[in-house]
Amino acid sequence: MYDIIVIGAGPAGMTAAIYARRAAKSVLVLEALSYGGQILNTPDIENYPVEAHISGFDFSTKVYEQTKALGAELVFEKAVELREENGIKVVITPKNRYEAKAVILATGSENRKLGLADEDTLVGRGISYCATCDGNFYRKKVVAVVGGGNTALEDALYLADLAEKVYLIHRRDSFRGEETSVERLKEKGNVEFVYNANVTKLIAEKRLKAIEVTDKVDGSVRTIELNGLFIAVGRVPENQNFASLVQLDDAGYVMAGEDCHTSCDGVFVAGDNRTKALRQLVTATADGAMAATEAAKYINSL
Amino acid sequence: MAVIEVTKDNFEAEVLQSEVPVLADFNAEWCGPCKSMRPMLDELAEGNADYKIVSINIDDEDELAEDYDVTSIPCLVVFKGGEEVNRSVGLIPRDAIAALVEG
Repeated sequence: MYDIIVIGAGPAGMTAAIYARRAAKSVLVLEALSYGGQILNTPDIENYPVEAHISGFDFSTKVYEQTKALGAELVFEKAVELREENGIKVVITPKNRYEAKAVILATGSENRKLGLADEDTLVGRGISYCATCDGNFYRKKVVAVVGGGNTALEDALYLADLAEKVYLIHRRDSFRGEETSVERLKEKGNVEFVYNANVTKLIAEKRLKAIEVTDKVDGSVRTIELNGLFIAVGRVPENQNFASLVQLDDAGYVMAGEDCHTSCDGVFVAGDNRTKALRQLVTATADGAMAATEAAKYINSL
Repeated sequence: MAVIEVTKDNFEAEVLQSEVPVLADFNAEWCGPCKSMRPMLDELAEGNADYKIVSINIDDEDELAEDYDVTSIPCLVVFKGGEEVNRSVGLIPRDAIAALVEG
């Protein structure tokens, strides 16, 4: 049995492992994919103290090496279930069963999908969730961005400098994102705003060729021919597998304050999957420190 | 066998004419998820002769990326007998990579 199992090896989870090891607790980190998490998609981090510029990959690799050097064990298996048996926390993966005195949930979040037919199969064939990753493939082409928050606006701004034309499709008549970004988009000249509209169909022939957009006000349907569709409609936390043990809010985030305590004794949460006001690298690592410290305190009190 | 770097000059010989299935990894220097996946590909390439793994840098080889409609990376494409038979986009775990080419 481990003292602490950390689920997720992003910045929050790995920082939790670092603090837990420094509190002399045995630590297992379970990761479904590869260490780093969402920050891997960031080519240049400019707002994390100490280094003015570092790539998400280099950042993750450094934290990973630090975590390993301190003696945390990392296993690449996906945690599919968390349960409590006689006061012991049990984490199930497709291959194994692990036990611990305390668990830290640091699973982060994933891209929210539109939920349209063929959306999954067209990823990489015209559909993308990351403009800075895939924008270069659409030089001088026609693209659309769906969404109304800052990510959607920033994606549209980024793409407007590359693509021939950018449609910005939003289900409301005004944007949640920053007004300055909206003004800059209006000045671009190659951005067409499509308000009060939902993307209702993907039209593909091997790859995405067009989309159908339905006007929410009058119900009219318009077909837009394009090469790429960038979906920026937010993120969803990856907490479904733990919902039976810890309380989630309506959006699926684990309910916890700054102390990272969940509704279940001995289960803590750190990073983007926690209810919080600001989801940034620095707040994720801060959560990791807090959750591990609280977990160590909990174990010492047993 | 190590992962082989492929350009448009040796693509025909290494990929299309290959006698064993080929797993082609379309990647770029600036792509974090691609870099995280690379050690898994190196590991799979070592100690197996059933298939080979090649790496294609899409910034240097934009024609190959265009020919195979790669619009998002990391993108893994499996070729058998010169034809594409399978594809996966995005970071996936080691077991899923192996299943893509072995399955």
